[in-house]
Amino acid sequence: MQPPSDTDKPGLRIALTLNGKAVEIEVGPAERLLDTLRYRLGLPGSKEGCGEGECGACTVLLDGLPVNSCLVPTFQTRNRDVRTIEAVSPESLTTMLNTGATQCGACTPGVVVTASWIHDNPELAKRHSLRELMAGNLCRCTGYDGIIDGLRAWIDVDAGSQTP
Amino acid sequence: MQRLEGLSKLTGAERYLDDLVIDGCLWGMTVRSPVSRGRIRGLHFDAGFDWSGCVVVDHRDIPGPNETYLIENDQPVLAAEYVRHVHEAVALIAHRDRNMVRRAVAAVRVDVDREPAVLDYRAPLRPEQIQRGDDNLFKKLRINKGDVDAALATAAHVVEGEYETGAQEHVYIENQAMAAWLEGDMLVVLGSMQCPYYVFNALKHALKRDASNLKVVQAPTGGGFGGKEDYPSTIALHAALLALKAKQPVKIVYDRDEDLASTTKRHPAWVRHRTGVDRDGRLVAQDIEVLMDGGAYVTLSPVVLSRGIIHAAGPYSCPNVRTVGRAVLTNSVPYGAFRGFGAPQTQFACERHMDRVALAIGMDPVEFRRINLIRDGQTTATGQVIKDGTDRHAILDRALENAKFTERKHEHEEFNAGHPYLRRGIGIATIFHGAGFTGNGEVYLNSRVEVAGLPDGRIEVLAASTEMGQGTNTVFTKIVADAVGYEAGDIVIATPDTSRVPNSGPTVASRTVMVVGRLIERACEALAQRVQSAPGAPRLRGSALKRAIIDWHARHPSQELRDGATYVPPPGVSFDDKNYIGDAYATFAWGACVASVEVDLRTCATRVLEFTSAQEIGRVLNPTLAKGQVQGGVVQAIGWALMEECKFKDGAMVNNQLTNYIIPTADDVPSIDVLFVENPYPNGGGGAKGVGELPMDGPSPAILNAIAHATGADPCAIPMTPERLMPMMPDATAV
Repeated sequence: MQPPSDTDKPGLRIALTLNGKAVEIEVGPAERLLDTLRYRLGLPGSKEGCGEGECGACTVLLDGLPVNSCLVPTFQTRNRDVRTIEAVSPESLTTMLNTGATQCGACTPGVVVTASWIHDNPELAKRHSLRELMAGNLCRCTGYDGIIDGLRAWIDVDAGSQTP
Repeated sequence: MQRLEGLSKLTGAERYLDDLVIDGCLWGMTVRSPVSRGRIRGLHFDAGFDWSGCVVVDHRDIPGPNETYLIENDQPVLAAEYVRHVHEAVALIAHRDRNMVRRAVAAVRVDVDREPAVLDYRAPLRPEQIQRGDDNLFKKLRINKGDVDAALATAAHVVEGEYETGAQEHVYIENQAMAAWLEGDMLVVLGSMQCPYYVFNALKHALKRDASNLKVVQAPTGGGFGGKEDYPSTIALHAALLALKAKQPVKIVYDRDEDLASTTKRHPAWVRHRTGVDRDGRLVAQDIEVLMDGGAYVTLSPVVLSRGIIHAAGPYSCPNVRTVGRAVLTNSVPYGAFRGFGAPQTQFACERHMDRVALAIGMDPVEFRRINLIRDGQTTATGQVIKDGTDRHAILDRALENAKFTERKHEHEEFNAGHPYLRRGIGIATIFHGAGFTGNGEVYLNSRVEVAGLPDGRIEVLAASTEMGQGTNTVFTKIVADAVGYEAGDIVIATPDTSRVPNSGPTVASRTVMVVGRLIERACEALAQRVQSAPGAPRLRGSALKRAIIDWHARHPSQELRDGATYVPPPGVSFDDKNYIGDAYATFAWGACVASVEVDLRTCATRVLEFTSAQEIGRVLNPTLAKGQVQGGVVQAIGWALMEECKFKDGAMVNNQLTNYIIPTADDVPSIDVLFVENPYPNGGGGAKGVGELPMDGPSPAILNAIAHATGADPCAIPMTPERLMPMMPDATAV
């Protein structure tokens, strides 16, 4: 891999759980989690859309909660659990595919990570609208209907299958 | 049919330019002008900085003419003596380390002797601001139908109005990104783009490079909306110049702030209408003036203006129309292509004006449109006879019906009477959009598509048309499948690579499915004919065709089986592009929108409660993709109407961050109700017309008409932000 920079000398050795596996890495003190994932660990699924926590294209789950990985210094993930788009199973995304939740795909990994968080925590949708819950992920292509419809169907399908 | 690359996008497996690892790659970055206009005195390189690992390029490194090849070639690749806008590219630096290249760019000072800039496209010019001809005019165009002055003189009513629209940023989520490297003598350029052959021609021109030593390949592209129509030529030239000098691969990936500050935007526009109406509410004269801010260089402004003025009179029948359009120079980033290409600006004005005329003459705005909507056999402003059999009144009726227009209007009025500070309103717009290039544009483009029969019987489509989210590859597959009776799995869409695919034209102007799709059908017919056993035998389809292709290869070992089709204009279409008379487009897509809004009188913030968009786009080839185009376009237009505002200082965008350039989130917009009225278009691929741009035309006027209905205010400019609406509120002091 080609790290974006070696001017900030790596020197901090940290251990974390990444997509369910224990990893140990050496990172720079100011290194962003997004860059660590993309350039150091070969996981370019998370995208940089704005670099300031507005667009959500770099969303990952940190200890189960969505964060903008462009705003997280990697050292802060020490001994914590990080899950990226690469951990989401393709089989679970059928409803999103059917409803047209992705067009250009640049925002999509972040959208899917947030959607998977909502899906895995169904109590969220009881207290908030799906649109409110998805408001941290900007999409410029779909107008959001494809995303919201896909997420709702994803929640409904699994809720249905759990009904005795 | 599902989107072909849908799953790889959903899982994050799709690899965009910035995701690709290129061995030995340097990071490129641009040194930019700090001022809006002036003469360059020189570049000052900070002596305290370690320049040893840097490759530096300026205008002297350009092998050919220092011109970005487009319409007039007036934009330099790198400014040499003059700069004409803040952030204009002056020099380029590459370094192995991305942080180091950022520091290197910050260690260069561009010294410029400042000259008087033009920062307001509407203000009168002072002599020292003249930078082109004697009036800074890029282009003036005129449409003349009938006798406007005579008709105005005798009209029962004459209603005037002025309308203004602001700049808009594309905000594709993937920023501009390009890489270049040498493979032997071959210069390879790979990146995010809509139009590989635009990039190819720009490289060939400025690098003075033989076409055989150059190839341009499209990488998966994360959104375009017009923003990756012409700008990729610039960034490709920059990456190529650095790669040629460094003799190493170079990647340039813009950060969001650089992208927002230095790339093209939608043209700001001002439009004045003077409209004559007879006693029955029929339009008798439309006198229209259009002024567009072109920015610092010509780029695409003449053609944006052209589409703008052709759509300025709206989808109405009027015997006397005069439209005069001008695009002028200002010292800001050049304005460029953006979904709708001038038509959203002029149709905003037209549709807001229609409501204001209706109000002035005491007529219901729906009824006023119904009376004037163009019918088959009537003519547009350029005298084009409309005869496509589309029932435009039915489109309007379907939109009103789906939106429960009458019921909602009544509900809103009741709601308003009982609420202390919320006001609801409803508004409509009727719109049209010419599909494909304007006038003779498609003839000049002379687009070509080829198809190849592969040795295993599959069919490959070779076209330069790009997938950037709109679904080109999926729809092309569907078109081939329908044309030859194949399964989707037996159809391959080639990556747009100029060394392999012919020039099927740029991926713009809602032309891909309609124009290029039709070429694919014709190329498939030619291929099927070539492999049939005897001339005149019935056309082969499906498995018979597949077998025939395999047999052909058995008879012609290691030969390529290819056939193609080149654009032929539909019969009976002709346009006089000097006088703007005739068939401005081979066909138009038609639509009607209804918007319900709620204005909070305390903050003057407007929220769209419901939105219905009805349209006729020929045949709908993929309902999910077509609906996605409409919903995405409507939401982008809601942003333009209510919240997206480029703030400028010295001609430079100062809110060049997504923190303060606001685009709609999922929670800012309602679900967009979409319905299609189908009327297959015989000259379009699969019977389709274009759909990409039409959705951008209607929402902004429908929303402002709804705000007027809700509040009694008379808003005529967008974005209609709370700050703009507040001083217009008739009862602002009462809350």
